[in-house]
Amino acid sequence: MLDPAISKTVSAAARSGSQTLAGPSGRKPRRMLSSRNIIVYGTLFVAAVYYVLPLYVMVVTSLKGMPEIRLGNIFSPPVEITFEPWVKAWAQACTGLNCDGLSRGFWNSVRITIPSTIISIAVASVNGYALANWRFKGADVFFTILIVGAFIPYQVMIYPIVIVLRELGIYGTLTGLVIVHTIFGMPILTLLFRNYFAGLPEELFKAARIDGAGFWAIYFKIMLPMALPIFVVAMILQITGIWNDFLFGVVFTRPEYYPMTVQLNNIVNSVQGVKEYNVNMAATILTGAVPLIVYFVSGRLFVRGIAAGAVKG
Amino acid sequence: MTDNNSVSIKDLSLNFGSVNVLQTLNLDIKDGEFLVLLGSSGCGKSTLLNCIAGLLDISEGQIFIKGKNVTWEEPKDRGIGMVFQSYALYPQMSVEKNLSFGLKVAKVPQAEIDKRVARAAEILQIQPLLKRKPAELSGGQRQRVAIGRALVRDVDVFLFDEPLSNLDAKLRSELRVEIKRLHQSLKNTMIYVTHDQIEAMTLADRIAIMKSGIIQQLDDPTTIYNAPRNLFVAGFIGSPSMNFLRGELVEVGGKPAFVLNGVTFPLDGYGAGESLTPGRKVVLGVRPEHIKVNEGTIDIYEATVDIEEPMGADNLLWLKLAGQTISVRINGSRRFRPGTPVKLGFDMSLASLFDAGTELRI
Repeated sequence: MLDPAISKTVSAAARSGSQTLAGPSGRKPRRMLSSRNIIVYGTLFVAAVYYVLPLYVMVVTSLKGMPEIRLGNIFSPPVEITFEPWVKAWAQACTGLNCDGLSRGFWNSVRITIPSTIISIAVASVNGYALANWRFKGADVFFTILIVGAFIPYQVMIYPIVIVLRELGIYGTLTGLVIVHTIFGMPILTLLFRNYFAGLPEELFKAARIDGAGFWAIYFKIMLPMALPIFVVAMILQITGIWNDFLFGVVFTRPEYYPMTVQLNNIVNSVQGVKEYNVNMAATILTGAVPLIVYFVSGRLFVRGIAAGAVKG
Repeated sequence: MTDNNSVSIKDLSLNFGSVNVLQTLNLDIKDGEFLVLLGSSGCGKSTLLNCIAGLLDISEGQIFIKGKNVTWEEPKDRGIGMVFQSYALYPQMSVEKNLSFGLKVAKVPQAEIDKRVARAAEILQIQPLLKRKPAELSGGQRQRVAIGRALVRDVDVFLFDEPLSNLDAKLRSELRVEIKRLHQSLKNTMIYVTHDQIEAMTLADRIAIMKSGIIQQLDDPTTIYNAPRNLFVAGFIGSPSMNFLRGELVEVGGKPAFVLNGVTFPLDGYGAGESLTPGRKVVLGVRPEHIKVNEGTIDIYEATVDIEEPMGADNLLWLKLAGQTISVRINGSRRFRPGTPVKLGFDMSLASLFDAGTELRI
């Protein structure tokens, strides 16, 4: 310990030293209203308004009654808040002969999205792992073909797939749609997993082989636990992608299996009767809610998953 | 195949497409031997180790471990344990799980697993770390665990792939001693890949110096140091590196001598393997520590101090001798100012002579 008298003189010297400093010292001052700040925050504000305004109109309209909507003030908040349109959209809106609302489409979408997401991720992760670590003969050719698949427009393949599904006897069923979603998710997911596994240190894989682990043991015991962030990313991509899908849903299923998006379209675009804007808005928000919730819940994991490959060692 | 060979490599070749990485390589490693594969990056030393481990399929040749032909065997069936440069510990498992993973895969009974893990932990003094995850360990501790993972496998042959290269200098020298101690107590065969000549010299029973997939010289460290077989080996081993003087052979008074820019160096005491024909173009290699400065030895050559590099224990002098620059290592307490004229003495019995054309030792 220093003698208190000495330490006092030392700190006094340090203080007097700091007092004699001339010119700029310490933290550089920043002005709040600099032109740089105005441009940055101004741009951000405009962009935010651009995206939020339609959402605002939707929410506000969905909470109004029809008489209030007819007044035409789409930006004004509801005078009398009513949840009637939401209930109607979920449980009573009519598509064709059915009048049980969007709820049927919601459950159809759940039954499509969950198996499609699980199967496509399961297959793609094994694909990616095999392509990254087990360099089999023709792996590059296989990978190239898969990637080319990602660049072919879906529309081109619809008719052949209809025929294939018909021949397999699963055209118009949920099984058929799940298979289609799994196949179309394959190129991008395989690429995602392959790159992630290729980014893991190769020596880890070698060490596991020396330890005697085989293809599946390495996959389940070593690779899978390390790949959780990328699984979350893949899950988000698939859930939002499949949930928002309209084309495959309308082409490959029968009306009783229509996913939520197709049913939403049928409600909103029905030509008979009065256009119930509030119900349409509520139905649209309900349909978009699932991907939105997935983002909010796992958004942080999503970013972490994308960045994780860079720092894991 | 004799029985005291632990690892035997016969005519091994490896091609990646049209690139020959290893060319008809032969290597016999005795039981309990510590063999170091030394070379600069890209020389094929790690590739050779991966071939021995079974992580790379070879193009031609055979590999025997303990007298058994393992050329087509899986890595786990070869009786080897391997330690990697980047440790390669499974990040999601605790140290204990890392050590026992291989044994669990091999379905070793739990009691035996516990016994072996405890023994490895004791040898490497990592008992307090057993419950930790690799991320919570320092570099040196991680590498100890990685060595432990090879240890629990109870194997005949240990393979080390630059195990100390990721560590800082101080830890490296500590772990180097530990690896040597480990080898002395376990007496396993160890094959150790490194680019660090200090590691090679201190650890090895024999060093195999490699260049472009070919073993240049396979000998004990002393022989490699004192009698390098060619110019590459001579220049690769030793820091600061050997002085090379390019001149030609002459005969002075019936005895062979080396001449450079008019200065004659009698080659008395040099044990040549072949005749020293006058007129032959040669390279004389002399290590910096084999040159005497102002010590009154028989042969005296005039030189001037150009630069002095004091390094504490040693003092490295860069001198001008017969128009060439040579380095000389002397005791750290002897200091010379630049420009000082000095007199040098060469110990030709420790020098090396190479043919200028074939670069092979004469």
